[in-house]
Amino acid sequence: MDGDRSSKSGLTRRSVLRAGAAALGTNSIFAPAVFAQSGFDWKRLKGQHLEVSLTLGPRADLWQKYEKEFEELTGISVGSEKVPEQQHRQKVAIEFASGNTSFDVATVSYHVQKQLYGRGKWLVDLRDMIKDPKLTNPDFDFGDFARGAIDYATQKDGRLDTIPINLDYWILYWNKELFQQKGVAYPRSFPEIIEAARTLNDPKNGISGFISRGLKNANVPVWTSFLLGYGVDPIDPDLTMHTDGTEAIEAGKIYQTLNKEFAPPGVAGFNWNECQTSFVLGKSAMWLDGIGFALPLEDPAKSKVVGKVGYGVMPPGPKAQRSALFGDGVGISTSSKKKEAAWLYVQWATSKEMNQRHLEGLYGAPARASAYAAVKASGKLTGPKAEWLDAMAGSIKIARAGLPDIVAVTEFRDTFGVALTNTISGADPATELKKATEAFKPVLAKTEKA
Amino acid sequence: MSAQAALVDTRRSHALWRRVSGGAAARGRPYALFVLPALVLMAAVIVFPWLFTGFMSLHEWKLSQARSFAGLDNYLRLLGDERFQWAALRTLYYAALAVVAPLVLGTVAALIFHRRFPFRGFLRGVFILPMMATPVAVGLVWTMMFHPQLGVLNYLLTSIGLPASLWVYDPGTVIPSLVMVETWQWTPLVMLIVLGGLAALPTEPYESAQLDGASAWAMFRHITFPLVLPFLMVAAIIRTIDAVKSFDIIFVISQGGPGTASETLNLFLYLQAFAFYDVGYASAVVAVFFALIVTLSLTLLYLRQRTQWSA
Repeated sequence: MDGDRSSKSGLTRRSVLRAGAAALGTNSIFAPAVFAQSGFDWKRLKGQHLEVSLTLGPRADLWQKYEKEFEELTGISVGSEKVPEQQHRQKVAIEFASGNTSFDVATVSYHVQKQLYGRGKWLVDLRDMIKDPKLTNPDFDFGDFARGAIDYATQKDGRLDTIPINLDYWILYWNKELFQQKGVAYPRSFPEIIEAARTLNDPKNGISGFISRGLKNANVPVWTSFLLGYGVDPIDPDLTMHTDGTEAIEAGKIYQTLNKEFAPPGVAGFNWNECQTSFVLGKSAMWLDGIGFALPLEDPAKSKVVGKVGYGVMPPGPKAQRSALFGDGVGISTSSKKKEAAWLYVQWATSKEMNQRHLEGLYGAPARASAYAAVKASGKLTGPKAEWLDAMAGSIKIARAGLPDIVAVTEFRDTFGVALTNTISGADPATELKKATEAFKPVLAKTEKA
Repeated sequence: MSAQAALVDTRRSHALWRRVSGGAAARGRPYALFVLPALVLMAAVIVFPWLFTGFMSLHEWKLSQARSFAGLDNYLRLLGDERFQWAALRTLYYAALAVVAPLVLGTVAALIFHRRFPFRGFLRGVFILPMMATPVAVGLVWTMMFHPQLGVLNYLLTSIGLPASLWVYDPGTVIPSLVMVETWQWTPLVMLIVLGGLAALPTEPYESAQLDGASAWAMFRHITFPLVLPFLMVAAIIRTIDAVKSFDIIFVISQGGPGTASETLNLFLYLQAFAFYDVGYASAVVAVFFALIVTLSLTLLYLRQRTQWSA
């Protein structure tokens, strides 16, 4: 089935990967270096101890899995904690605001925390450290990071206070078995998504044609995924809002139709985990969400759809083909007393080797171009996993931030999330979006002015 | 030591204490200084947080931004905030259901467990088990049970021919469903309080009533209920305070949704403080919330005084 999708687009996996690597801003293909081979003195801060605060998830699992390697490499001991996403955001922000954090290194989500942290100058500007050969391993190769990822990580004032870890491209997961049974082809436009959902929807047999997040706040990226296809961002850099115009309303109608008519009952309270449960049980034909779910979907212990999942690039909208982009990075607390040791940890965690492990293990989409080339060269990802990689490479080329780059992004998600959830219960999208826009305008004006 | 010598020794001790404790002892309160550590502790953990919350509520203050004095702006903003008003109404609706249901069911359970029957002790132990569970764990288990497609509740409903429900996934049924969890967990507490009351009731009124040929209902209506009412009021006060500030179960199961359908004051407050980091506004919500709880508690305390047994 992998070959099916590639042939439809006229591209082979190899060519897509090559294109992806080019889009990332590099065409270098290399073999992973062994950390200690560069001659860099990793041990000069031996004996220090670092505290690391991680967001619970696949990347934290990966880092903790290889933490011992860093300790042996540097002689620095590490205490790392994993905290669920929402609680981690609160804990880290409150500690930063207190002026004295219990951790030296913390992970950051760009789509929620970046501006808040940037305004507070809570993280160390890494630009000087990157340039300093005494502090930075020559193999770190800063130019290997995708230009888009670095742009995403850079603050408005030009400070780079994080190194990108993971980029989350939104894709359309589809159940090939259900599509084949009804003779439906992978959709190539927004109307085709609706038509496919209509055809595949079979409530009597417990099959929903489509599923996506209905829970307020979490659901906003679903709507913006459609909105981006109309060629507009929710909020422009000059703070012009496009949240109640024709495009926003049309995107809202698509969101409403798919979730009200073709999603399982109760979707208004579903976050990604409920969607995943339905999809892995083979109960949903399509699922729109971030790219990081290949691991559970292809795990025979958790999934009933192993080998049946199609990983599709987001179909084009009327004006543009866009994949909503979200991302995470890692930074060093300005209140840390061990900034240089912390920088060693960040270098290790975002190294070429760790990025390659990240991609090979299906932990998500790393930010280094070399990881894609290395994984391609290794030939370790085959079958559905290779198709997942194709979807990633295809999404890289059309990625665009899925949420506005503003301080009040949580208020944005909450206000518009409530409006979108209301549409699932039958409320008019135009009315709800206009109401949400009016409610959010003063918040935006106030927070961005400050 | 003779009694006289002991008296002299005591007087000397008092004189020494007066010199040490100064004014307080001189005014006839020789033990006032002993209260000082408790006062300092109270000031540190209760009075200071309240004063600081009041101070923050008078400021425009968001994390990562500068703080500025705002006077009563945050309170005025609350008056015009439709979402806050709905949250307040929802809180009262939730609290009313979450107080009445456990009170009724807990009283019935207490009346049952007050009677003697085989395995009474064992069953009473089983009955109070939900109360011992952690609310977050309870929330997670019920979340799975409420799932519209995979949950056991809809399986049971459809097994007996009833239509499936959307439970916490529908704006119309979310609050009653959450109250169901609260009732399941806290009915045992009411049962224990009322059971304690029943055990303390005098037997003479019942003997007289039986001699007069009173029915079981008449004895409950005219003897048991009035006598057990003070205990019910205690349970009502505890339940009201708990229900108004209920957070964990709602947060874990519905996060205030769908939309804002189960967003109570506590959830609204949490959102302002820990999602929007709007410290000033959240502090104003805390102040109003505290006033609400104090008002409700004082009303219930007043009612409890009215229902106390006369000597």
